[in-house]
Amino acid sequence: MTALHTADSVGLGERLSRWADRHRKWVFAGPAIGFTVLLLAVPLGWTLFLSVTDSKRSVRRAFDFNGIENYLGALTDFERFWPSVGRTAYFTVAALVFELIFGMIIALLLWKPFRGQGFIRTVVLLPLVATPVAVGMMWRLLFEPNIGFVNEMLSWVGIPPQPWLADPATSLTTLVFVDIWQWTPMVALILLAGLTSLSDEPQEAARVDGANDWQRFWYVTVPLMRPVIVAAVLLRGIDALKTFDILYATKGKGGGSSHDVETLNVYAYGLSFDYNEYGLASAVLILFFLIILAVIWVLQMQRKGRDS
Amino acid sequence: MTVLDTRAVVAGASAPRIRRRRRSRWLRTGRFVGLALIVLAFLGPIVWMLLASFKLNVQIYDPSQAFIFEPTLENYGTVFDPRRGNYLVYIWNSFYVALMATVLSLVLAVPAAYAMSRYMMNKSALVVLLARIIPGVSLLVPWYFIFAQLRMTGGFAPLILSHMFVSLPLILYIMMSFFDQLPEELEESAQVDGLTAIGAFFKITLPLSVPGIATATILSFIFSWNNFMFALVLAGQSTKTLPVAIFDFIGYASIDWGALMAASVVVTTPIMLIALFTQRYIVSGLTAGATKG
Repeated sequence: MTALHTADSVGLGERLSRWADRHRKWVFAGPAIGFTVLLLAVPLGWTLFLSVTDSKRSVRRAFDFNGIENYLGALTDFERFWPSVGRTAYFTVAALVFELIFGMIIALLLWKPFRGQGFIRTVVLLPLVATPVAVGMMWRLLFEPNIGFVNEMLSWVGIPPQPWLADPATSLTTLVFVDIWQWTPMVALILLAGLTSLSDEPQEAARVDGANDWQRFWYVTVPLMRPVIVAAVLLRGIDALKTFDILYATKGKGGGSSHDVETLNVYAYGLSFDYNEYGLASAVLILFFLIILAVIWVLQMQRKGRDS
Repeated sequence: MTVLDTRAVVAGASAPRIRRRRRSRWLRTGRFVGLALIVLAFLGPIVWMLLASFKLNVQIYDPSQAFIFEPTLENYGTVFDPRRGNYLVYIWNSFYVALMATVLSLVLAVPAAYAMSRYMMNKSALVVLLARIIPGVSLLVPWYFIFAQLRMTGGFAPLILSHMFVSLPLILYIMMSFFDQLPEELEESAQVDGLTAIGAFFKITLPLSVPGIATATILSFIFSWNNFMFALVLAGQSTKTLPVAIFDFIGYASIDWGALMAASVVVTTPIMLIALFTQRYIVSGLTAGATKG
């Protein structure tokens, strides 16, 4: 490509432009990579560094190395650390399972064209773009034990009022519900895009072979959709693991007074900015990151194992 | 619910004719019920929030005034009351931070996405993936250290930089899958006609990428506008963004529900309006790359 330049008078500008053209790969990608490294790798390294120190209270306070003390502290902490690992797992798995089921139902309902499709698609899009903190506040009012519309509706069918977010026993599950409300549309849209890109032929072939509707869905559509389903699980799963906004917005510091919605992310945030335990917080964050990587690795292995 | 989805699959099944007709009626009813449930489930809570924002707290506490009530603008008056904090400033802050983060990220990410897509820079693309999966708090702690040392906390720069951390990977991701689908032939023929490769990118590829860039811009703006955690730590009193400012209406002992709902409506309305007019782009951006497996 560079051979095209045949001008004999080679000015500085021309030389510069030729150089840029030859190295365009890095001219284009360099700034973004540099920025990302600066804003991502450097802080991540700093977190790793802080995780082996006793940094706390103030960012300007001097600190010492304390080896793996923070990690040991976290891993032997059955009051806050391990329960928050459990809550993170529960929140993620519960939200994902229901988002996949409801997402698939919605995607199938929207698959074939019908009148009013545009309207329904818009409705489905709204929770997805709504500000999570505002969504948290909205459900906080709806789940309010005395004035909330949810209990009001339940009273119509004779179910006594429930404490929902107020009770430590039910608050995490209630917030799983809010997450399902907000993010099912995301899963539905991804699955719908997958369904739309499927070809009709396997369906037709199965129909000719006499497969009923359920068989065609379970033995034809679902296997063909597997890559899309895995993509949805990965995308949504990573975000569900890191959920912060609605948890912190509805239950406040420490995931409520009895830490009932304290997931790893909320715990690490609280350690960092409510209690200023920077060293311990960094260790928890590194452990959290390792857990996320492990989950992704397992999912990828599963995907590859099935393909071969 | 599981009955519904099997019915949705069978559209146009080929059973004997009579059964088919009966079933298609069932199918239509089932689908209608399903769609009605979707609208109720997703639109209902939003409508409820909107209604509550026009009610006095007495009315919110009264079930008999759930749907029929005399609307009041008092809550919006409270939200925009200059004595309570300056909501107009917060709206501007949110807008400014989201816009700056989006524009700066676009400048960095669009050429990078192009290079990564065309020259198969898989390792560089991995960095992007890392940015996608890392928990934001783990960056927030070091940023807080650094910005505190530089005495920059409370200003706009840390906020915009932190929001770029959300925008940049998002834009890179969307644009990479856009460039993957854009044929190379046009650029090549432009080079044959005497343009440099960089020239071909600016004169040919970039104008063709407008739909992709629009998608990336809209989604980046929305996600930056909605971001809560970074601003919670890095914003000062005068640089507060809307999601953080909502908390002004949660008192220590009691909550001003009407004002809280009005504030929530103020935060979500701009973003929902954008979504209404640009939904085609949003959907294509959110599903970008997902269907490739």
